[in-house]
Amino acid sequence: MEAVFLTFVFVLSIFLGFELISKVPSTLHTPLMSGSNAISGITLIGSLASLRADNTAVAVALGTLAVTFATINVVGGYAVTNRMLEMFKKKDKGGAA
Amino acid sequence: MNLVINFAYVVSAVLFIFGLKMLSSPATARKGNLVSALGMLLAVVVTLLYAGLDYKWIALGVVVGSVIGLVAAYRVQMTAMPEMVALFNGFGGIASMLLAWSEYHQQPELTTFIALVTFLSAFIGGVTFSGSMVAFGKLSGAITSKAVVFSGQHLVNGAILLAALGCGAAFTAAPATSYPVFLAVVGIALLFGVTSVIPIGGADMPVVISLLNSYSGLAACAAGFVIHNNILIVAGALVGASGIILTNIMCKAMNRSLANVLFSGFGATTAAKGGGPQGEVKPATPEDVYYILEAADSVVFVPGYGLAVAQAQHVVRELGEILEANGTEVSYAIHPVAGRMPGHMNVLLAEANVPYDQLIEMDEINPRMDSVDVCVVIGANDVVNPAALHDESSPIYGMPIIETHRAKTVIVLKRSMNPGFAGIENELFFYPNTRMLFGDAKASIQALIAEFKEE
Repeated sequence: MEAVFLTFVFVLSIFLGFELISKVPSTLHTPLMSGSNAISGITLIGSLASLRADNTAVAVALGTLAVTFATINVVGGYAVTNRMLEMFKKKDKGGAA
Repeated sequence: MNLVINFAYVVSAVLFIFGLKMLSSPATARKGNLVSALGMLLAVVVTLLYAGLDYKWIALGVVVGSVIGLVAAYRVQMTAMPEMVALFNGFGGIASMLLAWSEYHQQPELTTFIALVTFLSAFIGGVTFSGSMVAFGKLSGAITSKAVVFSGQHLVNGAILLAALGCGAAFTAAPATSYPVFLAVVGIALLFGVTSVIPIGGADMPVVISLLNSYSGLAACAAGFVIHNNILIVAGALVGASGIILTNIMCKAMNRSLANVLFSGFGATTAAKGGGPQGEVKPATPEDVYYILEAADSVVFVPGYGLAVAQAQHVVRELGEILEANGTEVSYAIHPVAGRMPGHMNVLLAEANVPYDQLIEMDEINPRMDSVDVCVVIGANDVVNPAALHDESSPIYGMPIIETHRAKTVIVLKRSMNPGFAGIENELFFYPNTRMLFGDAKASIQALIAEFKEE
């Protein structure tokens, strides 16, 4: 039964995603891509929760690697998106907007 | 406690949704990204409240990952953004794969459904990783950006995919005794990522990056099913949907199907077929171009990947400002697939402080192209080739283009007469209203700026 529930969440989220993203103008496609890319690092949450104290050595290694890669994805993704978006400015605002 | 954590995840999901919504306008986009980051931070912090976690390894992974991520994000040049995104994307994919592996390693007794999603998470994650690494290599020039094709390629890829499905079925049927099969899945996924991206040429990279972006979301989704975690499913699905939409936009902008982009090895055959446009090319000196620009009332710059290669975005902005001071109306027309990732040109021009309200989309500029005095094409080629409009034998026939040929004068900045990515001659260069300014784009524009300053 839980599989059905999770699938429900999945399907509804896909539709929500289509609704949200179809409104993004092409000027912002690169920040959208790198920003959504950072969100895909959400797998970090699962990786953190998988590093339990009673893990075997192999699982510790796999989990630590997963946390490291996912953190690069999340931190790097948000930072680089922020850096890009800082540069998008309107005309004639004067000074740093 | 777990109830609190799960309610916090709901808040995180809402923050992601609002963040993405705010990304749809340049005015709120930056705040939107921060809202989304806040959602992520909240999710991470509450996850650490779970009982029985092994904090020393968590700390190690988070610290190492944060340092690498921050250094990379602040060091990267804006022209290198496509490969940076590909790299981060690949890391997200491999994390999902490793997560599925680690969960399976500790608890091999899986139900059929969990076995299926474990397989999907490992497979999609692995393909995302190695595919992104190949894309990274192509974009950074570490490996050839040409399409690498060999005979029987489709058969090889088909066989690999079949093997993956076979392993997936075997694994799902008996997960507890199938550890070697799982390892085979990991290996096949990594191999398939390489063999499926290698035949795709450089200028098709916007499609590939969008698609890999979608995969990384779906891999996170599958990992969410593995560990029964809704936040992974919601966030992964949002990313999956966004990647699919971008992929679709990119394909439409090239008038090609996704299958054609993925499987045709487009641009690999650069055989210049006989015929093609003939005529006289009219080269111009910077001084000639200066007189044309000086007299123009409206100038539209059309940038392409060559702008990024020449790092010419800052000098273009400088020239644009000089023209504006001279009373000329200046704008920048951007084709959806110009550059190596969606929106690539917009980011470069934004870096050079070009205000985003001067950046105009293709559908907006074409209707008023007849009234434009001068189009300056900088390092773009196929996206301004009029053959796409009328020559049914052209490989790019049907692709929407920026119709620069309808402007009163077209100035093309180009390194040489080499054909563009599609390997075809551009008849625009032979039009009576076209002047060619040969040389490195940056040097040419600097020469123009010097002409203006002399007066």
